[in-house]
Amino acid sequence: MRLAVRKTYKLYLGGAFPRSESGRCYPVTSSDGEHLANASLASRKDARDAVMAARKAFGGWSSRTAYNRGQILYRVAEVLEGRRDQFAAGAERAQGLSRAAADQAVSAAIDRWVYYAGWTDKIAQVLGGANPVSGPYYNHSAPEPTGVVAVFAPRNAPLLGLTCVLAPVIASGNTAVVVASERAPLAAVDLAEVLATSDVPGGVVNLLTGRVPEIGPHLASHADVNALDLTGAGAMAAEFEKVAAATLTRVLRPGPGADGGEDVWLDPDPGTARMTPFLETKTVWHPIGV
Amino acid sequence: MIFDYAPAPESRSVVRLRENYDLFIDGEFTPGKDGDQMSTVNPADETELARFTVAGASDVDRAVAAARRAYDTVWSRMAGAERGKYLFRIARVIQERSRELAVLESLDNGKPIKETRDVDLPLVAAHFFYYAGWADKLAHAGLGPDPRPLGVAAQVIPWNFPLLMLAWKVAPALATGNTVVLKPAETTPLTALVFAQICQEADLPPGVVNIVTGAGETGRALVEHPGADKVAFTGSTEVGRQIARSVAGSDKRLTLELGGKGANIVYDDAAVDQAVEGVVSGIFFNQGHVCCAGSRLLVQESIADELLPRLKDRIAKLRLGDPLDKNTDIGAINSAAQLRRIRELTDSGAEEGVERWSPSCDLPPSGYWFAPTVLTGVSQAHRVAREEIFGPVLSVLTFRTPEEAVTKANNTPYGLSAGVWTEKGSRMLWTAERLRAGVIWSNTFNKFDPTSPFGGYKESGYGREGGRHGLEAYLG
Repeated sequence: MRLAVRKTYKLYLGGAFPRSESGRCYPVTSSDGEHLANASLASRKDARDAVMAARKAFGGWSSRTAYNRGQILYRVAEVLEGRRDQFAAGAERAQGLSRAAADQAVSAAIDRWVYYAGWTDKIAQVLGGANPVSGPYYNHSAPEPTGVVAVFAPRNAPLLGLTCVLAPVIASGNTAVVVASERAPLAAVDLAEVLATSDVPGGVVNLLTGRVPEIGPHLASHADVNALDLTGAGAMAAEFEKVAAATLTRVLRPGPGADGGEDVWLDPDPGTARMTPFLETKTVWHPIGV
Repeated sequence: MIFDYAPAPESRSVVRLRENYDLFIDGEFTPGKDGDQMSTVNPADETELARFTVAGASDVDRAVAAARRAYDTVWSRMAGAERGKYLFRIARVIQERSRELAVLESLDNGKPIKETRDVDLPLVAAHFFYYAGWADKLAHAGLGPDPRPLGVAAQVIPWNFPLLMLAWKVAPALATGNTVVLKPAETTPLTALVFAQICQEADLPPGVVNIVTGAGETGRALVEHPGADKVAFTGSTEVGRQIARSVAGSDKRLTLELGGKGANIVYDDAAVDQAVEGVVSGIFFNQGHVCCAGSRLLVQESIADELLPRLKDRIAKLRLGDPLDKNTDIGAINSAAQLRRIRELTDSGAEEGVERWSPSCDLPPSGYWFAPTVLTGVSQAHRVAREEIFGPVLSVLTFRTPEEAVTKANNTPYGLSAGVWTEKGSRMLWTAERLRAGVIWSNTFNKFDPTSPFGGYKESGYGREGGRHGLEAYLG
């Protein structure tokens, strides 16, 4: 009888997997209360480090070609597909899903990465274009990523929900600081390992596990965070939006059903709705003449 | 050769001012419940132009209720093509009455008639004309197959382009099927009140447009009103923050168009004459009361010694004075309060050691005036390089490399506009790509068009006005 090697679940910051600088962790249990593992309990300092890593990565990621970002997001889907059994088994344990439901959620997550991989080089054409101004000027508008986005991941859909909110943020060139589902954070850490081995540059996605009321206020008020996705912020959402007003941070409010399970995330064609809140429109003018 | 311009004043006779202006609610002019009034003065000579009503909370209630009724019973049910025809009709009346509106705007705001006549009013009419055409084509705007209006829009606008900002707010809101309650600025309410008359003249259904006048308290009552589904604000970043805080946690949609500290980058290969013209119009257009003004000149060090004397020569030829004179380039500062702010910030530059220059320039004896001013020796830490002055004051900084230009340009919490002057296309595009601002003018500055989206990055606000993008703010 061989003794299994257990995994230490850590944070994912700037491409590395550190423990919380606070040295703290918290127990993660399955839906029926069985102990699964300990997760890092991220601190304010970890949140700030995550924002710093995301800012550092923004210049490089946003100036990659859209084609290259698409290649990398597709690679995420490939690597995830290779590990689908691991994620399905994890969902069974953590959420108490049937194997069939777990398989469905993992398949949808993989397909969602493919979906957004395809959006990277189309979003600018769909949202931008020429403006027929009344005068001899070339005038053109195009979307650009807003910068660093703090994402509060859905609380009851640890893999699929996280994928559905994270992929659209980074597809357009933003970098992200993600607060994983507090109750079921292990799938997020497993996904970070997929990202780390899929050519996603370090710092593009930074993952914090811990308590939304503890970490959230520091992300919401951070002057170097450009936007918030409050989908998983729960009762704290209004407070975070209020705090974010001080630096005019863009806010995506939690929509209806944000607290639902995997089933609310199954729509295979979510469109541009989760990309546009994290885009800016830049308009460039130039005179026409000889 | 020394020569003078003979006065060439535009006639005031085209404007018929009333002594008192009521609120415009539910299609009618109606007195405020509390009877409070304020007066608006001509900033060029400090004479009172008219008195107007300060709307209290109960007046705002009435206006929002009228807008809701009009939304539920008429406007949201009307075929888009018919809504559009009302807007086309309004555009036409504005064109017909454009000289009257231009003169009135210059009287109330202090900006030169040359600008109200040739910039503000043509853009106002064009904006209504542009959005009129969208009213029956919303399904083709890329916002879903059946985009729906939001309801009642609460709109608060500033004093720097009073009627143009009204057009930017009202035209897209109405085209998309929303009804509006709009508050103009307390120093420039008059053209909005004439616009109310134009709505009557166009037989716009009562309650579709409501105009409530007043100051900050009225604005607060409006944007915090629980009956508003949408808040749109143009003004200072400070007030924008307060509004963002007040709508947090509600279902209200919000767009904000706030301050700026635009950089105008002049590379060493720029066409210098054009660049000088662009820098001048970038900061002195509308007395610098422009959120997207090019208030920071970033000039490449190697040509600074050539550019600055030519810039000063050109500035010395600007004519400051009577806003109604057709030759005037720089009019009056809009209010005593704004003049104080400009003086305070400009003086802070002198205290911090920057060099201050203005051409010799006679200021009229009464009214609010500030001579065009250039500040040199400015560093990024100086207040005049960081804070929005919102007046005819240009801060000059230098750079050596394109990377340094971009870094300095982006070194601000704002992100509304920027200018790039170079004859090299690849350098222009390289720079434009890296500037974190919503509007980039290359080899031009301060150009506006109803089809062209306008709005900022970062603390310059969020959302876009103009173009197809401008529809998104009013559709769900």
